[in-house]
Amino acid sequence: MNFKVKTWRCLLPILMLLQAAPLLAATYITPTEFVATSFSAQPEQGLIWLKAPEQAMAVKLFGHRYAGLRLRYWRTDERTAWILDEIGKERMITMGIVVDQDQISRVAILEYRESRGGEIRHPFFTQQFVGASMDSKQDLSNPIDGISGATLSVRAVTNASRFALYLHDLVLSQSAEAKAPFTSQDSAQNTYAPGR
Amino acid sequence: MFKPRSLGFLVLTVLLGQPVSAELPSVDAIWQLIQLQQAEIETLKAKLQSQEQRLVEAADRLRTVSQTADQAASNQAEIAETRLMLESTVESVEAAVTTRSSTEMGGYGELHMNRTNQGDEIDFHRFVLFFNHAFSERLNFYSELEIEHSIAGEGQVGEVELEQAFIQWDYQAEQRAKMGLFLLPIGILNETHEPDTFYGVERNAIERNIIPATWWEAGVAFNGEISPGWGYDLAIHSGLNLLTGSESDPVGASRRSSLRSARQKVAEANADSLAYTARVSYSAIPGLQVRGAIQHQADITQGDDEGFGIDAIRANLFEVDINYSRDRVGLRALYARWMIDQGIERLNPGANRQLGWYLEPSYRLSPEVGFFARYGEYDLTAGQQATSDKRRQWDLGMNYWLHENVVLKFDLQRQDNETGKNRDGFNIGLGYSY
Repeated sequence: MNFKVKTWRCLLPILMLLQAAPLLAATYITPTEFVATSFSAQPEQGLIWLKAPEQAMAVKLFGHRYAGLRLRYWRTDERTAWILDEIGKERMITMGIVVDQDQISRVAILEYRESRGGEIRHPFFTQQFVGASMDSKQDLSNPIDGISGATLSVRAVTNASRFALYLHDLVLSQSAEAKAPFTSQDSAQNTYAPGR
Repeated sequence: MFKPRSLGFLVLTVLLGQPVSAELPSVDAIWQLIQLQQAEIETLKAKLQSQEQRLVEAADRLRTVSQTADQAASNQAEIAETRLMLESTVESVEAAVTTRSSTEMGGYGELHMNRTNQGDEIDFHRFVLFFNHAFSERLNFYSELEIEHSIAGEGQVGEVELEQAFIQWDYQAEQRAKMGLFLLPIGILNETHEPDTFYGVERNAIERNIIPATWWEAGVAFNGEISPGWGYDLAIHSGLNLLTGSESDPVGASRRSSLRSARQKVAEANADSLAYTARVSYSAIPGLQVRGAIQHQADITQGDDEGFGIDAIRANLFEVDINYSRDRVGLRALYARWMIDQGIERLNPGANRQLGWYLEPSYRLSPEVGFFARYGEYDLTAGQQATSDKRRQWDLGMNYWLHENVVLKFDLQRQDNETGKNRDGFNIGLGYSY
């Protein structure tokens, strides 16, 4: 039964790899770190309720209603930061998106729970979004090249970026109204509970 | 009427020694004075009553204001309470809408119509259901159940197949181990074959025959990231068995020499000799994925349990593929080659070398419409020139996406081969995934 010897010969490098895994493990950025590293000054925290018009836009951009009733955001002047959740293929992807003067200035993947397509969190992918704005058809002005085998995850990031651009515009154009109730209470709790 | 005030006046006059008789007003004058004073008293009385009335009214108003203030304070408390209740409700609703069931399902399917010079056929080729369950954030179950050709059963052409059923353990970020029955990490289509993700009605013949996709085995596999953009797969799993289904004559039946038919499908499979697959992938440039895989089969006769006197036949597969998509332009290319021990010559001459490759450029006119062309060659008996059965195939067609996950397909096919069994015609397909 020589296959047993071969099995062990093959298992050895795998066991070595398991040992090395902690060194290979990728670190994700936390929401607090994302906000802290997205602004040079202390941002104000706001809250926007996703009422019928906002949800109608979510349906247009994501193909379904946004899974939530309101969204917290951070803002200094014309720069806003958003933390959005969207399903990739099966699991929720948590993304941080910064919009500055109607252009995306940063996309960061905060949590990726899908089993394939983890490459989307690397700068070589997220960098493509920088400078993108929304065109008249509500598409991103930059072409986004995907990751093979992770089409749905790429689509999720693209759609969330479009939604962030829309929300940014909404907040800036309706600044007074956008300040929803509970803002003062919410600003005290700087935590973020991602969707499961 | 004698008034005290008049008497007082009289007394005062006497006391001051004034001559009373000379200065005293007349009775009439006194009477008038009294009347005037009486009127004044009446006026003062009325004023007093009016002021008393206003005082009462003011007190009433004060009471009302006080009650209103109390009500306002009470309302304020109620508003604060309602706010807290609303906040709590919103949080619950948000938690409910963002919480996904730990058991989920999905699937895909494809209906094909083939019209070639070898015959016309319509076939609901694949109907697939995925059932997945999350035991915990890091421990998941995945499965894929497929009905091929619409109906299965004795005497029917279709099959019910379990193509995936494994437990995946995400033991580190970007590092996973899986155990069970899984798709092997080789080629472009083997793991990702939802119809909306590729061009062409039918899966390409090269991956179907050389790799041979769709190919699943049972075992243990590891995959993950080595560094940003670099990934690996390692798997130890059950192997092929050329003698599957052998009855009395293993040498004569050509189907046993085909690696595609040697897949045991983990159905009471002979596990005498295992196989090992390793793959490295590079995807650090958006839109580009380059992968290379090798596989070693320890013995594709699985120890010749039937005793046909065939020595162990080792087999090695080498495969590289490129999947590139930049803006509208796409390119897929794949090369795969089997190198098999000479022992297979007894089963099928020339089968010790089997290889194939294809090139598939494509152009996406819009998000809905894309065109492609594919040229590929494969040879299942490349080991001997005399028995070579090289097949060349051209495909030219288009996909029309009704939705990101629903696609209509059309392609023209021209297959030349040295055995003369050409297969030319066109195919129409409908595919979906969810």
